[in-house]
Amino acid sequence: MDVLDIARWQFGITTVYHFLMVPLTIGLGILVAVMHTMWVRTDKPEWLRMTRFWGKIFLINFVLGVATGLVQEFQFGLAWSEYSRFVGDVFGSLLALEALLAFFLESTFLGLWIFGWGRIPKKVHLATLWAAVIGSTVSAYFIIAANSWMQHPVGVVADDATGRPVQVDFLAVLTNNTAVAAFTHTIVAALMVAGGLLVGVGLWHLRRRKLAGRPADEIDHAVWRRSVRIGGWVSLAAFVLVALTGDWQAKLMYQQQPLKMSSAEALCETEAPASFSIFAWSKLGSNECDDVHSITVPGLLSLLAHNDFSSEVPGVNQLQEDYSEVYGATYPDDPSRFGALAGEPIDYQPVLAVTYWSFRLMIGMGVVSAGVAAYALWSTRRGRVPTSRIGVYGSLAAVGAPFVANAAGWIFTEMGRQPFVVVPNPDVPVDEQIWFFTAQAVSPGVTAGEVWTSLIALTLVYGVLAVIEVGLLTHFIRAGITSGDTSATPVGTGPDDDRREGPGGDAGGVGGRRTPGDDVLQFAY
Amino acid sequence: MDLQTVWFAAVAVLWTGFLLLEGFDFGVAALLPVLGRKPADRHLMLRSIGPLWDGNEVWLITAAGAVFAAFPGWYATWLPALYLPFVLVLLGLIVRAVAFEWRHQSHDPRWDTSWTHVITAGSLIAALGVGAALATTTLGLPIGADGIRVGGSFSGVGWVALLGAAAVGGFSVVHGALFLALKTDGDVRLRAQAFALHWAPVAALPLLAWAALVHLRYGTSVTGALWVVGALAVLVTWARIKVDREGQAFAGWAVMLVSSAATIFGAAYPVVVPSTIDPAFDVTIAEASVSDYTLTVMTWAAGIGLPIVLTYQAWTYWVFRQRLTAEPQHEDAPDAGRAPAPGEVPA
Repeated sequence: MDVLDIARWQFGITTVYHFLMVPLTIGLGILVAVMHTMWVRTDKPEWLRMTRFWGKIFLINFVLGVATGLVQEFQFGLAWSEYSRFVGDVFGSLLALEALLAFFLESTFLGLWIFGWGRIPKKVHLATLWAAVIGSTVSAYFIIAANSWMQHPVGVVADDATGRPVQVDFLAVLTNNTAVAAFTHTIVAALMVAGGLLVGVGLWHLRRRKLAGRPADEIDHAVWRRSVRIGGWVSLAAFVLVALTGDWQAKLMYQQQPLKMSSAEALCETEAPASFSIFAWSKLGSNECDDVHSITVPGLLSLLAHNDFSSEVPGVNQLQEDYSEVYGATYPDDPSRFGALAGEPIDYQPVLAVTYWSFRLMIGMGVVSAGVAAYALWSTRRGRVPTSRIGVYGSLAAVGAPFVANAAGWIFTEMGRQPFVVVPNPDVPVDEQIWFFTAQAVSPGVTAGEVWTSLIALTLVYGVLAVIEVGLLTHFIRAGITSGDTSATPVGTGPDDDRREGPGGDAGGVGGRRTPGDDVLQFAY
Repeated sequence: MDLQTVWFAAVAVLWTGFLLLEGFDFGVAALLPVLGRKPADRHLMLRSIGPLWDGNEVWLITAAGAVFAAFPGWYATWLPALYLPFVLVLLGLIVRAVAFEWRHQSHDPRWDTSWTHVITAGSLIAALGVGAALATTTLGLPIGADGIRVGGSFSGVGWVALLGAAAVGGFSVVHGALFLALKTDGDVRLRAQAFALHWAPVAALPLLAWAALVHLRYGTSVTGALWVVGALAVLVTWARIKVDREGQAFAGWAVMLVSSAATIFGAAYPVVVPSTIDPAFDVTIAEASVSDYTLTVMTWAAGIGLPIVLTYQAWTYWVFRQRLTAEPQHEDAPDAGRAPAPGEVPA
């Protein structure tokens, strides 16, 4: 593999890994802030326990998200220096503003929230969590605006001398319709991740407690039950919004990046009305579009693309021809900028198997998690607790499916952009368009050995950290509420005080008994 | 003053702010095995930086982001030239961050000890690596005509990188010791004072040497004066710590850093990456910067955003301002004085 391929693998691995943490951070952050608000408003101990338990899970995950996010920022300079040079006028400022206006907010106020228990007034303490949550949401907006600019560059003109984009309208970059659609889609998808976790863990605990015939601790029971109910409703509501915003995004993509959507559908020939593919087989992996056969629903794709049942949707083969005409059939014969690809024919069609299946995986896993949420709500109606084995598998699916859906969604949107790193904006006349091939974005001076070293080192460290994180999360989730809520028992009354369960736990809810020093550290550090 | 100069200054301020703030939490982490003899001591040391390190680290992200945003030509030349050192810094920062959070998640003493080592190692790697990278960016990288590194993976790493590593490492450990002297009480405070008193003059030397080299190469009388202020600040630090005025000593050491950084950035201006191959290949702010429009947008954003950030970060420091002790007295905890069980977080 050459530097380009290794660098792409590295980017893919680090981004997908980082994006396992991000949706949980955003979604769970919002839900924990709501729980904390409910506790401040009602003073009921179950809300405190929920805040502490889910807050702890949130924090364990948050820190890994921060740590892996660092790599993302530096990677643009390290492995993609020509990209950084080319887009610096737009892209860099979005990253810098994210750090300045959002990430500072998030990190500083999260520290205040973690260490502020019992130290700052209750309502101010609650506000620190909201500030952190707002920070992470604004942060997501800047990053998605940066990514959306690559998908659909707006607010720029090409510099006459260098051909590089020069920013002329920052507001247009911030209000890019691609960004608004992607942001809303991502935030509701993040809520699905958090909702799924609440459903899965809550259901597992409810069922386990019932099967074990454990003496009912009413507060604990209320916590798990409420987690399932809240998680279920959040998941279902978010699923509806995910579908609506996804449809909105897809319609934009048909205008802005038609090849991405036609590849997602394995629509080889232009059709009117166009049919939607349910399942495809034979040589999808060969990347020869005409070898693909699929089961289709007539007219549905026209509906998805243009809101009617009959309009024409261009196929991959035609688009490939159109693109070759406008953007060139071969890469310019300039090895210093295009490496081994200089003078080679350009394949404008993304990897069919990846776009086709990641698109289906995203939608399919979304449907699975909505289904599990509906099952969880049904099976826990009016105080019921499911005891069937399905409850366990259902809870596992609830936790896993939205993560897979999120990862698949990003793989689809990024792989579907190839071979461009900055996709030309079709709303602009061709001679004023700006585009940049992935092949010319990579750092020219960096050796394959260097990128291999970083790819292997990062992947190994990420792998080890993933094992530890999953181990820690499993440990705390199995241990249940009190491990996340040491304040619920009087401090220092026994060697195992933080593992104790029991109704005595609400003492901590009223505050005052807490000792700010170590019980906070048990909670957070 | 044109916007490019404003942003050169802004980048300098952000890097200096990063070293000033994260410097002490790097230092505290590096000193864990030196000053933290007992688990309770190490726990106390970590508590002193617990609420602050994450906010401090954002200064690094913002500093790097500002280089990318204002001077992409600098970013795109600098990072690939020092590819492996930067990857090492990133790995250090990753493991350090998770170690802070995960260290207390188990009651097993071995777990605790392992993560403590990870915090120390990760922080040291990050501090030394950032020092090496900053020193080479002010004293020169083997950059060719096209802004691309000439030579192999380590052609950018030489004695200048070692000097920079020693400078930031030395600054950070003494900064960390002074912070502990200011923020803690008991054995740790005494050991931190003794450490700072002993090492401050030595630890300042690499930083002063680095600043002197940049000054001698490009400097003006103003940067010379700034250098002298930095050198005098070391003496003040030393004299103040000797008479137990930890706050003044900490401030003195901070002045040393700020003066030295001002010397370095002030002398290097307007070159952002000097080439060791040919001065004609130097990357300057004019070649590296983005358009005036983008700089204007960012100036507005920073002008509004930065004061807000400084205000709430200052508030954080205010909330956690009190001295920490290894064994706080809780009037309502019946057995606050009991010995902690092995591995247990002491009360």
